[in-house]
Amino acid sequence: MKTRDLAELAGRNLREAVLRNSLTTLGIAVGVASLVAMLSLGVGLQNLATDRLSRSGLFDAIFVTPRSNFPGFDAPARQAPVPTGPAAPLDEDARKKMASLPNVAEVYPEIRFPTEIHYDGNPYATVVAGVSPSARSDGAFDDMKGSFFSGPAANEAILQIDLARQLSTQPDSLLGKEIVLRYAERQALPPERGDKNSSPNGYSIVPREEKLRIVGIVETEPAAGIGGFGRGRLLIPLQVAETLRAAQTNDLRDLLRDTPSQHSYESLTIRVNGTSHVKDVEDAIKKMDFTAFSLLDASRNLSIVFAVFDLFLGIFGSLALVVASLGIINTLVMAILERRREIGVLKALGAADRDIRRLFFVEAGAMGLLGGIFGVLLGWLIGRAIDFGTNTYLTRRALPSISIVAVPWWMVASAIAFSVAVSLAAGIYPASRAAKLDPVEALRYE
Amino acid sequence: MERAITRANAMTPPGAEPAKTGIAIRTDRVARQYQMGETMVRAVNEVTLTIRAGAFVALLGSSGSGKSTLLNLMAGLDRPTSGAIFAHERNLAEMSSEDLAKHRSHTIGIVFQAFNLLPRMTLEENVELPLRLAEVDRHERTARVREAVERVHLGARLTHHPTELSGGEQQRAALARALVNRPTILLADEPTGNLDSATGDQIMLLLSEINETLGMTIVMVTHERPRAERFAHRLITMSDGKMISDGGPA
Ligand SMILES: Nc1ncnc2c1ncn2[C@@H]1O[C@H](COP(=O)(O)OP(=O)(O)O)[C@@H](O)[C@H]1O
Ligand SMILES: [Mg+2]
Repeated sequence: MKTRDLAELAGRNLREAVLRNSLTTLGIAVGVASLVAMLSLGVGLQNLATDRLSRSGLFDAIFVTPRSNFPGFDAPARQAPVPTGPAAPLDEDARKKMASLPNVAEVYPEIRFPTEIHYDGNPYATVVAGVSPSARSDGAFDDMKGSFFSGPAANEAILQIDLARQLSTQPDSLLGKEIVLRYAERQALPPERGDKNSSPNGYSIVPREEKLRIVGIVETEPAAGIGGFGRGRLLIPLQVAETLRAAQTNDLRDLLRDTPSQHSYESLTIRVNGTSHVKDVEDAIKKMDFTAFSLLDASRNLSIVFAVFDLFLGIFGSLALVVASLGIINTLVMAILERRREIGVLKALGAADRDIRRLFFVEAGAMGLLGGIFGVLLGWLIGRAIDFGTNTYLTRRALPSISIVAVPWWMVASAIAFSVAVSLAAGIYPASRAAKLDPVEALRYE
Repeated sequence: MERAITRANAMTPPGAEPAKTGIAIRTDRVARQYQMGETMVRAVNEVTLTIRAGAFVALLGSSGSGKSTLLNLMAGLDRPTSGAIFAHERNLAEMSSEDLAKHRSHTIGIVFQAFNLLPRMTLEENVELPLRLAEVDRHERTARVREAVERVHLGARLTHHPTELSGGEQQRAALARALVNRPTILLADEPTGNLDSATGDQIMLLLSEINETLGMTIVMVTHERPRAERFAHRLITMSDGKMISDGGPA
């Protein structure tokens, strides 16, 4: 039989038992809808998470510390084999070497030091942190009040909200005001007379002052918690922080070590051009005998978590579709019983087994297609409802609205295809049973 | 017999397929048995016969004598358990089920005692069904349906559903459906069994007309000997699955 005739006959059969077939189709639609709702929730949450995380700037960053200086992050297995001998110094040379690696956008140190600031005549103790210019795109500064630093060397400051609240009951009024930063500067002591290598003999600590204009107030602590560092509450441009040559936590170690002339960093952060290069750069750094850590591993784990999450949502969503496919089997088996004589007549008039089989398949497929289309629509509506409900909740709590449900085109297409495939699979048994029906039996006249 | 064939060929109208000459159906010790628990039912028990093209044959015999079973074997709806059955010299016993379907579609037209029209289709759609199954071109179908329906004098009832037709009209519609794909052999299983005698005679006259004008071979099962003698050229009587007599009308 030609496809068009097959479709016509199938359509006629579907319309003849319209109530039963509609209910079966509705069953499929509900199954598909639950699948789509589940998966769109999974995809939406994944989008939300990865979007937030990639905007945080954590995923194209590598954190470098001197070997064995980062025990919290390296599993023992990863550290073996432990090389003996002194660790390579994380100094200016190493920093330049890292900066010259391919696909490295920027290498900057973590500069943080305790300090005292004066505002309105009162002293406040806080921690100052240098902020790289690239941090501007981090997302942490997206919702800030005021503006980011006007230049990489501007004498400006961004306050973390808690500090701002300490300084004033009306934090917003602080914008444009000046604060005075008091800090301790290290100055190398002159070498002792007659010393051949003429290295400094140590440092003296000299108190100094710097005036900074407040340009912004930020809610969150940017990049807080990476590798356990908080970043401080008073944010100043990295270059400014560097030129302040502030007393850092590793000075003591510099003194204990035999090379006090070489200023070394406690840690460096490397920004890579795109997450795809993180692995290569990380490996290169490890070859340079430093400990390197990136969140790429963590993000890979995150994708696995989401894949498993989606799988479970998919399985639960599919359960309804499996139940619906039982409905198809039931409906079509009933149809065989009802249409016994008709199948016999068709065979007597020249229908081959294949024609009968295809007729039942087309009927099953049509129910699957209609159910699929209707189900996707229904699932999308459920998704909209979830989004609406969530956002109503968020707005009531004065939080920004988000979209946690996503129905991409591939999901629409594959949900419908899946629905048709499941329906056809459900049609296999009834179709072959109908095709095998003995026409003599079916046509026997009682 | 010769006379009938010559006349049929001479009267084949233009457009209709000429009836094939020679042998339409030949059986060679064909048998169909059913295993019923312990006992073996020999519904058709080694029947050997030859039906020439253009013949009008009546299959007679009491109920359960194996007439329908033999007819279903000829139709290719059933397969023999042993022996051979040829339609235009092609052995149905050795055909694939696909080829048997083609045989039913192209060579055989069949009508039943219970008219077996599909109740939700109009007369026109019922008659068109074999053309759909045979994949006849759409634009050719309308004319073919009209031709077949006109032959059974139902041209005015095309859009009627079977329930809106009388028994005689339904059987004529079934006849049109059997003829529409221009088969060479028409098989009828007690076609008048559900009709009163006057209406039955109308059907018999139509069958005679089809046999004569189209030269179509007709094998008709009936248990009404007088009617068979009036219309058929050859009477085959069966009993317990065996052929017990074969001859012209008395
Ligand atoms: N499917 C079957 N199973 C068992 N016996 C059958 C079956 N079909 C037919 N028969 C038996 O075969 C014999 C011939 O049946 P049938 O050809 O229908 O007879 P008729 O048409 O002459 O009345 C009967 O005895 C019938 O009971
Ligand atoms: Mg019978």
